[in-house]
Amino acid sequence: MAMTLITTNTSSDAATSDFTTGIDNTYKLYVFKWHVVNPATDSATLGFQVNATDDPGGDYDQSPITSTCFTAYNNEGDSDARLVYDGGPDQANGTGFQGLDLSMGNDADSSGAGELHLFNPSNTTYVKHFYSRAQGHHSADYAWSTFVAGYINDTTAIDDIQFKMSSGNMDGIISMYGVG
Amino acid sequence: MPLGTHKATLFGVAGVSTGGDVVLLSTQTASDSSSLDFTSGIDSTYGEYIFKFYNINPATDTAIFTFQANATDSDSYDETITSTFFRVYHREDDSSAVLGYNTGSDQAEGTAYQQLSDSIGSGADESYAGTLHLFNPSSTTYVKHFYSRGQTYDGGNFAIDDFSAGYINTTTAIDDIQFKMSSGNFDGTIKMWGVKN
Repeated sequence: MAMTLITTNTSSDAATSDFTTGIDNTYKLYVFKWHVVNPATDSATLGFQVNATDDPGGDYDQSPITSTCFTAYNNEGDSDARLVYDGGPDQANGTGFQGLDLSMGNDADSSGAGELHLFNPSNTTYVKHFYSRAQGHHSADYAWSTFVAGYINDTTAIDDIQFKMSSGNMDGIISMYGVG
Repeated sequence: MPLGTHKATLFGVAGVSTGGDVVLLSTQTASDSSSLDFTSGIDSTYGEYIFKFYNINPATDTAIFTFQANATDSDSYDETITSTFFRVYHREDDSSAVLGYNTGSDQAEGTAYQQLSDSIGSGADESYAGTLHLFNPSSTTYVKHFYSRGQTYDGGNFAIDDFSAGYINTTTAIDDIQFKMSSGNFDGTIKMWGVKN
C-alpha cells in the first residue's frame, strides 16, 4: 500500500494552511502530516475544517462534525500525568474547527507534530470518517498526546481542507498524501 | 512460488522507494544482540522517520523494549525526554482487562531509555511488535516529538496495547537512535523508513 506525497504547505507566520486541489476520487484515504507546527499565540490549538463541493470557496463553516477526543499528558515536573476523555475539543454536529493538537506553547522551541487520516472524502453516499494522533509541547510544559476521531456528517464530496490555529498565526510544514 | 521471488516487494530494499513516498532506509536484525543502533540516514532529508519492530523477543523474561537518542553534540544515548504512556491489557484467562495510564513508564525530563513495550515474555513464541514515529529530528529550532504504538505478549500472558508519546527536549539535531532491552539481549528485526515532505 503506497503512500504518495501530493502537496506540502510550508507556513511562515501564516493564518491558515489550505489544501484546495488534489482531494478527489483518486485515493480512498488522504493522510495529512504536520511534521512541525509552532503557533504565534501561546496555548493555541491546531484544528481543521472542510469545504464540501456544494460550498466551493466557502469559509470552512458549513460541515457538521461529530467527534471524540481523549488525551494522555504528563508534565515536566512529574506532578500531573493522566489519561482522560477531553470534552473540550469534541463536537456534536458542530461546525467549528476540529481541534487536533491542543494548547501548544509558542516558545521558540515549542511545537506539535501528528497526522490526520481522512477516509473517502469524494464519496457522495456516506459521511466522511477521520481520525488523528498528535503529540504537542503544551504551553505549560507538558507532553500532550491527543487522539481525535469522528465523522463529517455530510454526504456531499469534500474537496477542500483548511488547517489553522484557534488563535493567531503559525509556522509549520503540513504535507498531504494519498494512500491506495 | 518461493518467497524470494517477491521478497523485495514484501519487505522493501534499503534506499529504494517501495511505498510511494515512504522510503525504506535501513533494516537491522538482532540475534542475541544487546542493542540495535541506527547511526546513519537520520538527517534533514525527511520530515519524519518511522521505525517498525518485528518479532522482538527478549532473552530475559519480562524485559522491556526501549529507545534513546543521541544528539549531534553528544556521544551517548542520554537525551532529556518528557513523555506519556498508557496501555490497555487483557489476560489470556480473562481475569483482567484494563485501560489506564501507567506512570511507571513515562518520563519527566528524564534521560533514561524510553519504554515502548510492557514486560515481554521470553518464551519461544512471545514477542513485541510495533511502530515508532519520530518527527523532524534534524531540526535545530524545535524539540523532537515522537509517538509509538505496539503490541506486547506480556510475560504474564497478557495482550497489551502500548501507547507512548513525548518529546526529546533538545533543539540540537538528533542523528542516532538506539533500541535495547531493559535487561539482557534480544532477537528481532527493526526497519527504518523516511517519509518525504
